[in-house]
Amino acid sequence: MIQSQYYFQFLDGIENVFIVFCVSCLLGTALGLLVAIIKTSARGLAYALASAYTTAIRGIPELLIILIVYFGGTLAVSAVVGRYVEVDAMTAGVVALTVVFGAYAAEAFRGAINAIPRGQSEAAMSLGLNRWQRWCLIVIPQMVPIALPAFGNICISLIKDTSLISVVGLVDIMRVANVGAGSLRAPLSFYLAASAIYLVLTSLTLLSFRLLENRASMRRVRG
Amino acid sequence: MNLSIVLEAMWTLPKGLILTATLTTVSLLMGFALSIPLAMARSSRNKYLSAAVLAYTYAFRGTPMLVQLFLIYYGVGQLEIVRQSFLWPIMREPLWCALIAFTLNCAAHTTEILHGGIRAVPTGQREAAKALGLTRLQTMRLIIFPLAMRIALPAYSNDAIGMLKASSLASTITLLEITGLSRQLVSETFAPYEVFLVAGTLYLLLTLAMTRLFQMVEARWAIADQRVSQANKRAAAGAVPNPGSA
Repeated sequence: MIQSQYYFQFLDGIENVFIVFCVSCLLGTALGLLVAIIKTSARGLAYALASAYTTAIRGIPELLIILIVYFGGTLAVSAVVGRYVEVDAMTAGVVALTVVFGAYAAEAFRGAINAIPRGQSEAAMSLGLNRWQRWCLIVIPQMVPIALPAFGNICISLIKDTSLISVVGLVDIMRVANVGAGSLRAPLSFYLAASAIYLVLTSLTLLSFRLLENRASMRRVRG
Repeated sequence: MNLSIVLEAMWTLPKGLILTATLTTVSLLMGFALSIPLAMARSSRNKYLSAAVLAYTYAFRGTPMLVQLFLIYYGVGQLEIVRQSFLWPIMREPLWCALIAFTLNCAAHTTEILHGGIRAVPTGQREAAKALGLTRLQTMRLIIFPLAMRIALPAYSNDAIGMLKASSLASTITLLEITGLSRQLVSETFAPYEVFLVAGTLYLLLTLAMTRLFQMVEARWAIADQRVSQANKRAAAGAVPNPGSA
């Protein structure tokens, strides 16, 4: 049913999904950590901004955020350059999904940070560790095993959300399936193939997080 | 920012509210109805039954909703059997396809959430029900399910909000709900900031309303729990329990 040329196209699609996933996951984790630290330790304007960010992003559909970044970005770049420039779908997708991932990761990290007993931080303070050392040596290492299950779920959502970038034209798994379905008039087999690929990707992620969780929990028990 | 476009968006986009709300509530209700028997099957001691339900939930939770939507709208509609059957008037309508895809997806998520809730009910409750001579169905209906619902509610409310956001995908199969209307308006005006700002605000308001609703249910159930535990405490202390005045 599916001709051989499409196998290579699917491989290209998987490659693009992989790039988007890795970049958004890395940048989003950094962003989420920053926002979580602000939400657990800062007050006033910084706290309000961080809260507004997580509430707004988690309340708006991912598709809409991708459309905003894509069309809004095109308009902004065109205004700066002075002529019509279309933003690359990959860049727009990575930016949008990083923003989304950051908001969810921030909430997961915040919950994990709050789950660490205050005494840990106070003990670090009494030992004379500065703020930077407290976060890096005491809080974050203890936070990781607690946040891991939620973080894994967000990663799986991220893989599924990459399919939305096909709406603005990124050649991902979904896009290849769309093109194949249209040109060969075989939507059923192409979308089933796409489903199977996504299922393998999410299963692999699930499996690797299970292994990581097992390791992390063993370390915690040993103390 | 062009104010006249903002006003136009504020006039146009709320027309999509009805479709967004319909898609969300109908899929949530039908998904919930489907998930109750599925969750029971998933929690049953029969290994094969449980595994069959797990296969369904795993497949629907592990693939993007967009793929499921296209699979049902374009894929199933391609089959000759479907085209010639009584199902065709339903399967050629994007609205019905969206509802079917969303319901199936929603049921898969809700089944796993309810299953988690059922598993979290303490065994003592089950044993007490057995000791009272309740049948298996009665135990499920009167003891396990009400407790499981309470345990599952926070996770379910997250999922319900996820469903609201997922309804935006209906715009990819030509349905004009909030996202669909805003995409149309952006292509007419090429003013993405103004239009999407209004659309985002609408979604945010809907999400906040849903969060509030679930918080109210949670608070109500928490009060009911408190009354029960207070009555129990009083009974244990030897006072006459009076549930009416608590």
